[in-house]
Amino acid sequence: MSAQPAKTMAETAAEFGLSSDEYQLILRRLGREPNMVELGVFSVMWSEHCSYKSSKKQLGKFPVTGPRVICGPGENAGVIDIGDGQACIFKMESHNHPSFIEPYQGAATGVGGIMRDVFTMGARPVALLNALRFGDPSHPKTRRLVAGVVAGIGGYGNCVGVPTVAGETNFHRGYDGNILVNAMCVGLADADKIFYSAAPAAGLPVVYFGSKTGRDGIHGATMASAEFDEASEDKRPTVQVGDPFAEKLLIEATLELMASGAVAAIQDMGAAGLTSSTVEMAGKGGVGVELDLDRVPQREEGMSAYEMMLSESQERMLAILKPGREADGHRIFEKWGLDAAVIGKTTDTGRMVLKHKGEVVADVPLAPLFDDAPLYDRPWVQPKLQERLTAASVPAPKDYAQAILTLMSAPDMASKRWLWEQYDRHVMADTLEDSATGADAGVVRVHGTRKALAVTSDVTPRYVQADPYEGGKQAVAEAWRNLIAVGATPIAITDNLNFGNPERPEIMGQIVRATDGMAEACRALDFPVVSGNVSLYNETNGAAIPPTPAVGGVGLIADYARRADFSSLKAGMTLVLVGDTRGDLGASMYLREVLGREDGAPPPVDLAVERRNGELVRKLIEDGVVAVCHDLSDGGLIAAAAEMALASNVGVSLDLPEAAPHAQLFGEDQARYLLGVADPAPVFAAAQAAGVQAWIIGHADGEAISAAGLFDLPLKALRSAHEGWMPAYLGD
Amino acid sequence: MKAAVIVFPGSNCDRDCQVAVERATGASVDMVWHGDTELPAGVDLIVLPGGFSYGDYLRCGAMAALSPIMGEVKAAAGRGVATVGICNGFQILCEAGLLPGALLRNEKLKYVCKPVALEVTNAQTRFTAGYKDRREVMMTVGNGEGNFFADEATLDRLEGEGQVVFRYVDNPNGSARNIAGIVNGAGNVLGLMPHPDRAFEAELGSADGAILFQSAFASA
Repeated sequence: MSAQPAKTMAETAAEFGLSSDEYQLILRRLGREPNMVELGVFSVMWSEHCSYKSSKKQLGKFPVTGPRVICGPGENAGVIDIGDGQACIFKMESHNHPSFIEPYQGAATGVGGIMRDVFTMGARPVALLNALRFGDPSHPKTRRLVAGVVAGIGGYGNCVGVPTVAGETNFHRGYDGNILVNAMCVGLADADKIFYSAAPAAGLPVVYFGSKTGRDGIHGATMASAEFDEASEDKRPTVQVGDPFAEKLLIEATLELMASGAVAAIQDMGAAGLTSSTVEMAGKGGVGVELDLDRVPQREEGMSAYEMMLSESQERMLAILKPGREADGHRIFEKWGLDAAVIGKTTDTGRMVLKHKGEVVADVPLAPLFDDAPLYDRPWVQPKLQERLTAASVPAPKDYAQAILTLMSAPDMASKRWLWEQYDRHVMADTLEDSATGADAGVVRVHGTRKALAVTSDVTPRYVQADPYEGGKQAVAEAWRNLIAVGATPIAITDNLNFGNPERPEIMGQIVRATDGMAEACRALDFPVVSGNVSLYNETNGAAIPPTPAVGGVGLIADYARRADFSSLKAGMTLVLVGDTRGDLGASMYLREVLGREDGAPPPVDLAVERRNGELVRKLIEDGVVAVCHDLSDGGLIAAAAEMALASNVGVSLDLPEAAPHAQLFGEDQARYLLGVADPAPVFAAAQAAGVQAWIIGHADGEAISAAGLFDLPLKALRSAHEGWMPAYLGD
Repeated sequence: MKAAVIVFPGSNCDRDCQVAVERATGASVDMVWHGDTELPAGVDLIVLPGGFSYGDYLRCGAMAALSPIMGEVKAAAGRGVATVGICNGFQILCEAGLLPGALLRNEKLKYVCKPVALEVTNAQTRFTAGYKDRREVMMTVGNGEGNFFADEATLDRLEGEGQVVFRYVDNPNGSARNIAGIVNGAGNVLGLMPHPDRAFEAELGSADGAILFQSAFASA
């Protein structure tokens, strides 16, 4: 930098989000004051987003190994073994802050970024999911944010040509000032052709390829690690702009380069761009690196070293090629019309040296950047828990039919058809179940085989708010249950921990207890965490989001002919409810949407029961005894029955116990499944043998959903309420 | 039996088309790069797949219509080789002048992906002969610019001469006269927005698309 900043370096460090202690640590590590480029590099590498400095201790609680885990957290994405020499690579990542500021580009580049994490490891992306949380529908910004985010997700994924098959969308005033856009990508690779980022040796060429570097997204990782205030909209210039066509070219070129055998190590340029990719590759490999920034393909003239190192321009990759393989790279980049350049080499110095216009503009040791970022064991307080409710303390509706209509047309429960019809769910011609087909998870075939992957994304933020520990358990259990309900064997999860400011002890308490619960559920269900992302500081003017640790689950179906959905219920079938119903209405949808209350403890998850019930259901599906199945979650039995009836276009009549029927209908007790079977006898035999409770709860027939003496609601009215909310809300 | 699938850099249904044709017909399928200037010898069917050929930031298919391989595609179509453009391929055929009309932004200005019922308006063409006993077939659409447009005289002529091959039962995108697919005057060039390449076996929700590829070869 030639121009001297008017401020002191210490003041600039504070602006970059570094605490004064952190700045002092930089001074000690360098033995001198950093220059602007060096300070920029330190500030992004030590940002919460890149360093996980507040969450690393908590993440350490998760089980990360298992018989099917090939690669756990720490790489670009997690890798699991799906048999036959094949691997599934997946991860979920947030793009919350940019999406609030610029919803289309924020969401689009979120999708682009998570795809790069997956194909960087050698996988072809085969499925996308998204977990979205918006503010109250009546908030003046919500409509525009919904429309923009959905268009951005579709605009990117549709063009690249990866089907968006599943997701979840919630609305709550707690997200008015901070929406959440979490995108998940799932890819397929050969298990013996996984690519990693560690530079293997000194003296190898560092190759940049993809889009040119521009001035967009500078300091995005720092923005993602700070709270919002009224001035946040001024940060629009730090939001990156996506080019899905460039991403498509990048996928094909990267996979072709990998197939050519030329790649020694590879890393995408995501958050903190060239800085983090360089530091990760050299740091993991234990080597040094020297870059000549004049060789970086640049979109604009006169870019400074600082801008190039901090840019978050999209669709860029960094590869270290094997000796003498530059020609393969050249041929492939030319075929796909991508910019590419050898911008430097690995060295044996352990330092990152950056040159620009003939001068050394940064020269720092890699170790403090890579694995010596400060870690915090932040103080926390035990979260205040909401009190348990008895069924007797929650009034039954005066008009059941009206209550059911209210529930099924509530923003969180209503059909999201408006949204998913904007996503290409069918490209690649392997989609068996998607958001529109009536199944608890997305299901895509493993191309050319009888196998299929089941994918889901889950968390119930109101439970986590009411009791972070139980809510954390439930998020994992529900993902597991949704995979079971399509007949898959759950294998592993990715997680996206969205919370407020960890420097506040009550927020840190949510993080500690929610991750305690998640870790326990993962252990109990043999459902390890293989990748993840942390998004903290989701606060505006001191108000934090509801704690939202989203869980992305992946499971395997051995033969996709043996799976279940909830759209093939037929007249005459018997409905069997698996699992015990105590009628737990705490923190339930009924309480919130029908009674306008958000109190009560969430339903506890008994993980042993969860596992026992789930294993029974999975076995019944795998054995071909059951093909119609829906898990019970938000809205309880009535919601599951209503969704099954609507998806199958057949009526359902329920036989409820006389005591507290509203608790039976709306209670959200866990570990339950609703099955539709022609002959219930084999289900009961298997349930009895497994020690699982199961009841006949009704049967399918007619064109209404009913329970004697309580309600008789025509499907047509139910459908128009359920389907009508979102188009009406968005004005078409 | 031999088919060629043209691959533009942003095609994303090229593999789908390849697999669909192979599974439906057993034909061998060559993948032909957009920069090539020759088609493989003896090709009976050319498929222009869906996707975003060159990003389509300009009008969809406008750049692809001028790509090197399109000269050969036009020549082959002129010789009577069966040529199918699906989705982006339909847009390219219109931009290349092989089919009349244009595909505009969808009426509601949104991308739309859903299963659609199609009326087989003309089961006499070489692409639809296999549908002779079927009035209605199922495929899916996935497009942002699938709203077929032509002037009234052209629409009258298309209808009058049996060139309208598929119509939407419930129009998803505002297409003129519910048109989902058309053939050229000679009957050997078909463009359609719905995806037969995503409807080639029952597991995908419909196998009706397979019949289209089978018909194309049966008449080759």
